[in-house]
Amino acid sequence: MDIPVDLLINAVVAGLLIGGFYASVTAGISISFGMLDIVNIAHPGFIILGSYIVYIINSTTGADPVVTAIVMLPVFYFLGMGIYLVYYAAFERRGQEALRGLAFFFGLLFITEVGLILAFGVDYRYVEARYIGPTWHIGFVDLPLRMLVPCVVSLLMVLGLQLFLMKSFIGRAIQAVAQDQLALQLLAANPTRIKRVAFGVSIATAALAGAFLIIIQPVEPSVGREYIGRAFAICVLGGMGSLPGAVIAAMLLGVVESFTATFYGPSWAPAVSFGFLLATLAVRPAGILGR
Amino acid sequence: MRPWKFSLLMVAAGAGVFALALAIRSDYLFFAGYVVLQFIVLATAWNILGGYCGYVNFGTAAFFAIGTYTTVALHKIGANSGRYLSGTLGELLQPLFPLSVPALVILSGAVAGVIGLGMGYLTLRLRGVFFAIATLAMAVVLQTLVINWEFVGGSRGAYIIREESLPMVGFKLGYVQYLFAIMLLLAAVALSVARLIERSRLGYGFATIRDDEMAAEAAGVPTLRLKLIATAISGALMGMAGAPYPYYIGYVEPAGTFGLQYAVNSIAMPMIGGTTSWAGPLIGAILLGSMQQIATVTISSAVNLLLVGVLLVVFVVIAPNGIMGLIFDWQHARRKP
Amino acid sequence: MTAPLLEVRGLAKRFGGFVALEGIDLDVTPGERLGLIGPNGSGKSTLVNCVCGTLHNETGTVRFAGEVLDGLPAHRRTHMGLARSFQLPRPFTSLTVADNLRVPLLYTVRRRSLLISSPAELDERCLDLLRQVGLDGKARRRPSDLTQVEMRKLELARAMAAEPKLLIADEAMAGLSHSEIEDIIALLMRLNAQGITIIMIEHIMRAVMRFSQRLAVLVSGRKVADGRPEDVVNNPDVVRAYLGQ
Repeated sequence: MDIPVDLLINAVVAGLLIGGFYASVTAGISISFGMLDIVNIAHPGFIILGSYIVYIINSTTGADPVVTAIVMLPVFYFLGMGIYLVYYAAFERRGQEALRGLAFFFGLLFITEVGLILAFGVDYRYVEARYIGPTWHIGFVDLPLRMLVPCVVSLLMVLGLQLFLMKSFIGRAIQAVAQDQLALQLLAANPTRIKRVAFGVSIATAALAGAFLIIIQPVEPSVGREYIGRAFAICVLGGMGSLPGAVIAAMLLGVVESFTATFYGPSWAPAVSFGFLLATLAVRPAGILGR
Repeated sequence: MRPWKFSLLMVAAGAGVFALALAIRSDYLFFAGYVVLQFIVLATAWNILGGYCGYVNFGTAAFFAIGTYTTVALHKIGANSGRYLSGTLGELLQPLFPLSVPALVILSGAVAGVIGLGMGYLTLRLRGVFFAIATLAMAVVLQTLVINWEFVGGSRGAYIIREESLPMVGFKLGYVQYLFAIMLLLAAVALSVARLIERSRLGYGFATIRDDEMAAEAAGVPTLRLKLIATAISGALMGMAGAPYPYYIGYVEPAGTFGLQYAVNSIAMPMIGGTTSWAGPLIGAILLGSMQQIATVTISSAVNLLLVGVLLVVFVVIAPNGIMGLIFDWQHARRKP
Repeated sequence: MTAPLLEVRGLAKRFGGFVALEGIDLDVTPGERLGLIGPNGSGKSTLVNCVCGTLHNETGTVRFAGEVLDGLPAHRRTHMGLARSFQLPRPFTSLTVADNLRVPLLYTVRRRSLLISSPAELDERCLDLLRQVGLDGKARRRPSDLTQVEMRKLELARAMAAEPKLLIADEAMAGLSHSEIEDIIALLMRLNAQGITIIMIEHIMRAVMRFSQRLAVLVSGRKVADGRPEDVVNNPDVVRAYLGQ
């Protein structure tokens, strides 16, 4: 097959841009699933919730989606803390997280989705912002701003999270929880409190990811499901609890999906993440940066 | 009670339900009852892997759809047998088409069972959560495949034309009544299988997998093989439940067939009824299934799905052992003064 | 000299960069009573896990009754006659105490012979095993009703139920009272007299010294001594490892 170079390069660029956005979707799961061992499959549901809140505020006041999401961060943080409190009391303490904890999050995902359908219907919703229309052209490379802005802010967010995890006391405590809960208890730190904070942070990222999603494409309540396979595939491929690994894996998946969409048609793209996930699980469960 | 006696009892109970439904002479009853029975099969099937082994399958819709689309594909081949069945092999197969619904049920079960086996083989060596996530992703991928598969209608969907009624010995049986009877039999089969497993060596093995796989291996339980058996049985039953669906509904399209309501119901019903015995999914399916049939008519289908989600969350948080667990606790409390 | 029942050669296991076991050689002859000792974290349980197939060693070979075990899953090794108890009890919590023993009977013993097949016979076997460890009064209870000590006894009984040729008891006596330790030693001696080879991993030196015909010592993932118990405990390397450098 003779592939034009400009098509090829544009496919790579589009993949990297969407990969940057996937990093923000995965960051929360890397923290909850990768570090805390909480299988929060409802995460994409919270992302869609974020999209809808951004949509409501944007359509009534015209506020910028990203700024709105940043203002929403504390709300999502406390929402996450609240959910962890229930999760801890009902499942983690009783050691029943495997079966019932999964069912719990699945129920939350379902409630969010059906709740949004009841409130807003199944119509696609979108936001208005200055950067949604225009596209920069560098040579033959297209850089649509509605892709570039989420990608850049998303990478900044992941960078901020990584610095938080490495430099702050609480961040290092979160990483210690991921390693060894008992050791942490001996250091007189309360793992439950730290996990609560960490889970709050992971849900807070969903507010921003939700804003990015609705900037990139119109949103309806059930699109969240497509991101479950993607986010977990990226998280596993990136080595579970590693944010840098997640960014690399997200870019990789973005590029592969972009190629699939360009050369085989967009209706095949959702199948890519599953193939990725299965291949990762079968061949390299420790992830690309794993030991 | 001996397994064969239980199976006979189940079939007898099914015949009783069928006779009663015929006596009431309401077509709506058959329509609604079919859906409830379908959920009994799905919930029981889910529980064989989920409740007995502790492995969560979010892909009920995918397995159901495998059955549905096996039927759609075979129906289409049967309807255009001259075109698709050519050559020596085709001529050999031609007399078998069009396939009867029971034959489609068995074939669909085989296809779904084999796919379940393959899925399991790839993901069951790993921790249970990976299997759960993989099943969730599998639903999305199968949907993608079906959307891109023009032969079964792609994203537009496919119409299935069924006969009005079937000539039976002495009288004519309406097609919906016929499908209802098949689903009734399938429910009896599913419950008998579940109960047989519970009381057999396999049941003990499944329970050890749920409790502690490392200790199970040390006791000599071949955990991987048992998990594969559970996945295959569970997947096959789900596929069988999906096989008659095109004839029931008349028109199938991917969005409806892969709907999240199958996944959430097949998880919620055992969780609400109780996961450790065959009676749990049955109770859950009858309660939730009938509730939804009534709510769909009186309120709206979105509201009743929301209700299922809320009930699921409330039950797993407050009553982790479901209704069966509540009854058990209550009996214990009464025995002790 | 008879061929060893268990033969470990050059076994090594790493976790990431941490070397848990290195160059382990160990022979156990049929009918022997071996004591395996070493400080916490010296690799005793890792060795048991590698021998029993719970973990897989990267290098080295394990032979059992003349057959190479490498790569075999744990349940196959149990079927061949290798049973172990876990250091931290891992009962099947949703089954009754008697049914916990029924599992190895159904999946291991019945594979070998179909002699016990009726449910009544199985019940009798379970009760008999429980009687041997003094748990017959709790047959119909759940493991969650048992004390820590009783759980250790259940753990041992479950390993015995698999009718092994080699039984590895991983700290079966921790937390037991003086007389209970005597009971367990007597039980293990009885099993040994019936021809079962036993490896005892234990911190309670009094028990190990009374029980073992031979003693092997692991320190930091290496075997530092192997021989007659009275020689081994006077070995300067062993004394240093136990009393600290």
